[in-house]
Formats: sequence, C-alpha cells, structure tokens
Amino acid sequence: MSNLLEVRGVSKRFGGLVAVSDVSFTIAEGEILGLIGPNGAGKTTLFNVVNGVYKADQGSVTFAGKDITRYSPDKVVHLGLARTHQIVKPLNDLTLLDNVTVGACFGREYLSMTAARKVASEVLQQVGLGDRAEMLARSLTIAGKKRLEVARALAAKPKLLLLDEVLAGLNPTEVATMIELVRKICDSGVSVLMIEHLMQAIMSLSDRIVVLNLGRKLAEGQPDEVVHNSDVVEAYLGFPDIVDKLTRTN
Amino acid sequence: MILRRPFFWIILLIAAGFTYAPLHGNNVSLREDLILIAIAIILASNLNLMIGYTGYVNFGHIVFYGLGGYVGLYLTTVRAWNLVLSALVAGVVVSVCAFMFGLAILRLRGAYFALATIGILQAVQAFVSNFDPWGRSTGMYLSFNSYQSLGGARRALWITYFLIVAVMALSMIVSLVIKNSKFGLGLFAIREDEDAAVVLGVNATLYKAIIYSVSAFLPAVAGALMFFKNGMIDPSIAFEYMLSLEGIVMLMLGGQGSVIGAALGGTLYEKLRSYLLTSPVLSNFHLVIAGGLLLIVVLFAPGGLIGWAYRLVPSARKVIE
Repeated sequence: MSNLLEVRGVSKRFGGLVAVSDVSFTIAEGEILGLIGPNGAGKTTLFNVVNGVYKADQGSVTFAGKDITRYSPDKVVHLGLARTHQIVKPLNDLTLLDNVTVGACFGREYLSMTAARKVASEVLQQVGLGDRAEMLARSLTIAGKKRLEVARALAAKPKLLLLDEVLAGLNPTEVATMIELVRKICDSGVSVLMIEHLMQAIMSLSDRIVVLNLGRKLAEGQPDEVVHNSDVVEAYLGFPDIVDKLTRTN
Repeated sequence: MILRRPFFWIILLIAAGFTYAPLHGNNVSLREDLILIAIAIILASNLNLMIGYTGYVNFGHIVFYGLGGYVGLYLTTVRAWNLVLSALVAGVVVSVCAFMFGLAILRLRGAYFALATIGILQAVQAFVSNFDPWGRSTGMYLSFNSYQSLGGARRALWITYFLIVAVMALSMIVSLVIKNSKFGLGLFAIREDEDAAVVLGVNATLYKAIIYSVSAFLPAVAGALMFFKNGMIDPSIAFEYMLSLEGIVMLMLGGQGSVIGAALGGTLYEKLRSYLLTSPVLSNFHLVIAGGLLLIVVLFAPGGLIGWAYRLVPSARKVIE
C-alpha cells in the first residue's frame, strides 16, 4: 500500500508556545489512524496544519503525492482531504441540504448545483438526517450538528477524512450510531484520521494509533501496544506504574 | 433555469410598470418620483449582495455610485462619448477599482471591514476633490450638446429614465441569479461562517473580491446615468455619506438577503423620505425617522419585512426570494 498522507517533522509555534513539535506519521490508503493525547497535546493544531488552516513552521505535509504544506484549506479539499470540526461550525441560517450541498459543490469533484443537491441528499440519508433536509441547521441538537459536520465532509467525496472528536458530547446511544457511521465510511474505502478521547471507540475502530503529548509524538503502534506503553500511561495518569499499583491493591 | 423562476417574471412586470406608468399622459413628475425609487432599488439591491449575501457591511457603498457618475460625466462631456457606452465604461472602470480595493480590505472582518469601507469613501472623495481634470471641489457640468446627440433635452431625459429602469431590473435579476447559483451558495456559506466555508472548499478571498466588484458595477452605471440626467456633479453630492447609510436602512427595512426585500425596502424608504422631505412640518426630519426606523428594525425584526414574513409563514422562505 502506498502512503496517502505523509507528515514529516511538522512543528507549529504560537509565539513562545510550541503546540506541535517535530511530529511525523503516515497514513496508508484505506487505513484508519487514531490520534490521541491529553488535552492541549496539540491534536487539533496538527489537524489544522494538515488541512492548511495553519502553515507549518517546519516540516512538510504530503497528500496523494503532492506537497500541500503551503496550500490553503479550500485547495486541500479539492485534492480530496476533508475534515470536521471539534467545535461544530454549522451554517446556521441555511437548511441541512444547503449545508451539505456546499460541501459537494466545492469538494473534490467540484459539482454543479444540480449534481451537488443529489449527492447532498444521498449523504444526508447516509448519516441519518435525510428526513430533516429542509430544516435550518441552527435547529439541530449537538448530536445532529456533529452528524452534519460529517455529512458535509463526506459530500466532498474525500480520499482522506479528518474527524475531530465526532463523539465528544454525545450520549451512549448517539455514540453507538456515530461509531457505526464511521465504520461504514471506512468500509466504503475512505481513509480516516480521527482524534478521539473515547478509548473504547478508538480501540475498536483504529488500525493504528499515534499518541501526542505536549506537542510531541509519544508513541505509535497497534492499539493494544499503545495503551500498555508506560510513557502513554504516564502522560495520561501521571505515574508510569499506576496500572501495576492499581492491579496489585485489587 | 432563471426563466422558470416566477420572480424573474415579476421583475420584468415591475420594470414594465415603471416604463409604462409615466409615459401614460407624459407624466413628468411621476417619472421623477419613480427615478428616485429606481435608484433606491438599485443601491439597496447591490448593497444586498454584500450585506445580505456575504455578511460584509459596506458603509461606503455610495462611492461606486459617485465614482460612476464622475467617470460617466467625464466621458460624455469632455470626451463626448455616447451615453450608453460611457455608462458601461464607468461601470467597468469602477468594478475594476472595487476589485483592487476588495483584495486589499476584504482581509478584514466585521467592524474593521466596515471601518475600512468608510475610509475608502473618504479617500476617494478627498482624491476627487483635488483632481483637476474632474474640476476639483466645484465638480463638472454637462455641456448641453450632450443632450443634442440624444435628440434634445426632453428626449434625453426620457431615454435616461428608461435606461435607469433597465439597470434597476438588471440589479434585481443579478441578485436573483446569484442567489440561485453555486457562487451564491458559496457567498451564503461565507456569511454564515467564513472559516467553515474555507474548510469546505470555498475560495473566500476570491469570492469576496468578486462580489464586492459585482456590487459596484450596476450602481456605477446608475450613477453615470443619474448624473448625466442631473447635468452636474460635485464631490459632496456624488459621495453623499447619508445616502450610503440610508441604503443600509432600506436594506434592513425590507429584509437583507432577500431580492424582493431589498426592492421593497428601497421603495418604502424612498416613499417615506420624499413624503417627509416635502412635508412642511417634518422637513429635514427624515434622518431622525431613518435612525428610529433602523433601531426598530434591528431590535424587533432583524430580518426586516421579509424576515418577519418568513417567521410568520416558514414556507414563504421557498417562495419569496
């Protein structure tokens, strides 16, 4: 398998704060990569560097063989790299159908209005919002808005989808439907890079996991290896041997 | 297709009404009333492209109208060009200027953009007031010969009127076409959330510069025609800041984002203004009323008349454009 996305030695500073420091990883075609790390680890910043919202201070991002380090986000989408936002950004005064049509119109295929409308209603069906197509986006619940984010990104027909905490703030039932949706997306051949705090979800969905802490890559590997890595446990819980201690007292 | 939009035919009907009503009985005073309404509709409709569609408040929109008037009058008087050609060239020149300004100031958002538009208005006015070929602060007068080429003053005024009505209809049609296009959808996305729009693939920088430039074209053409009709221009009437603000009142009153809303607001406000201006008691009081009106609209009906109609009848959203 060839690498769809290659992130090499990426750093991003905000003034004196180094948000991301010398991070490298790759995603193969069809792969699902989980990105985890404590709050403030630089996960979302890394997303923003990958899709062009921020320009990397150092390092490079290559997508489908093209160097996209200096690309603006709208150009990145045309190449087939779409994303969702952790803090949802619905286009409030537009209907759901219009929201998703924007994604289809300006996505990888750059569809005309008529074609985009068709794709948009299909995608809305796919994410389970088909019956609410004519509602305004502002009237959705948070779970609905998260699904709308996914729908808009999907309508762009991406090769790689960046999901930024699509499960956060959802109740267990909603989480289950969303996990189901992500799995379906993956099965349809789209590669996924997902940030998630919910371990149960990330463990079951990811092929591999990258762990960030304080802007650096702490670990990378199979889900099982990573969660038992002592550095990772320390970053999350504070003590490297806490797992052992806890198991011993029990 | 635009021809299938019922509103397209309504616009043509309105234009036909504007054409026919004053011709009937050669009613010149009605014509003068309607010309003011037409100008109001042109200004409000094109301002709507910026404020209503793209979410960028332009306080200096009148600069396009005044600049168009100057270029137009310069071409018809000094260069002795034909009126239609002069007006079109004025539109193109002003649009190109707007595109340049746009690329520079559209990096700003919100209040900063609004301030920059006032800056542009002031800068252009200061430039024109010191520009020798355009007569500095005394302005320019139309040579009477310019009317001769159109078959005398009386005929020239009627021709100008019909051209202005055509520009009015065109303004509404442009609004309608953009509203139903992919370009328009991109603008709406920018209005709702510019960052989200960019991440969804909209080239916001380019789109904003284009719409800023488009919103300059027809007002500039209208300015060229109107100042030709008036026969003179000077910086204080060409770049009348109050008219810029009144344009915003018209738009807010009718309903920003709506084609018919902009036209309705323009008509109602212009009617009200001419009533107040001519009433002996309330003369010079119209700006107080305009301010009060704007407050009421912003506080109680932020979507204007059309927004209010949408709220009463949600399905109206699909019918009234």
